Amino acid sequence: MVLVRYYAVLRDQRGLGEERVETAAATAGELYEELRALHRFTLPAARVRVAINDEFEPWACAFRSGDAVVFIPPVAGG
Amino acid sequence: MGFRLTIGEIRVAAEMAALGDTRAGGCATFEGRVRNENEGRPVLGLEYEAYPPLAEKEGARIVAEAIARFQLVGAACVHRTGKLALGDLAVWVAATAAHRGDAFAGCRYIIDEVKARVPIWKKEHYADGSTEWINSAPRSPDGPAPA
Repeated sequence: MVLVRYYAVLRDQRGLGEERVETAAATAGELYEELRALHRFTLPAARVRVAINDEFEPWACAFRSGDAVVFIPPVAGG
Repeated sequence: MGFRLTIGEIRVAAEMAALGDTRAGGCATFEGRVRNENEGRPVLGLEYEAYPPLAEKEGARIVAEAIARFQLVGAACVHRTGKLALGDLAVWVAATAAHRGDAFAGCRYIIDEVKARVPIWKKEHYADGSTEWINSAPRSPDGPAPA
């Protein structure tokens, strides 16, 4: 089980800000593809970054049960 | 000093006072304000959303990088979140240095890196009633999405 938080366009497309997800995915990249297919996220992984426990990580990063995962759409501050 | 998110107005005078240092012969500042149009579409207002723990960490890293790279005496960046109106101050950057060249370069570095790296998103509200998360189309505005 991981805690997934959504921001910006991904929160709008998912329709909620966070959820607990039971998954067989081994990496952050696999988890994104699983959720992208399920919820029809429009952004390909190439345009998204991932943070695990509030730090940027590569898509190949494995996660442990209880981790907090955030998918980061293209940023637009300033 | 450092990087901060704020929901309320950015109090520039107070932020500037915190950077007071007699070693600094130059201070460059940048103000990012809410513009009334984007790519030809009239904008009525916008909202910023941030992922606070990582935004503050990444913002602090950028300010520290600028201080080291340009030998700044001090530097600060404050970014607003929430709903903003046209003309509102959305982001404020200041960099102080012994001389103006480093102050300008440090200020420029901070705003450029903040725009590129800090997890903050902007949703524009247009005159026709529609809204859009900026940069979040499936394909990059610069060309096709990478494979």
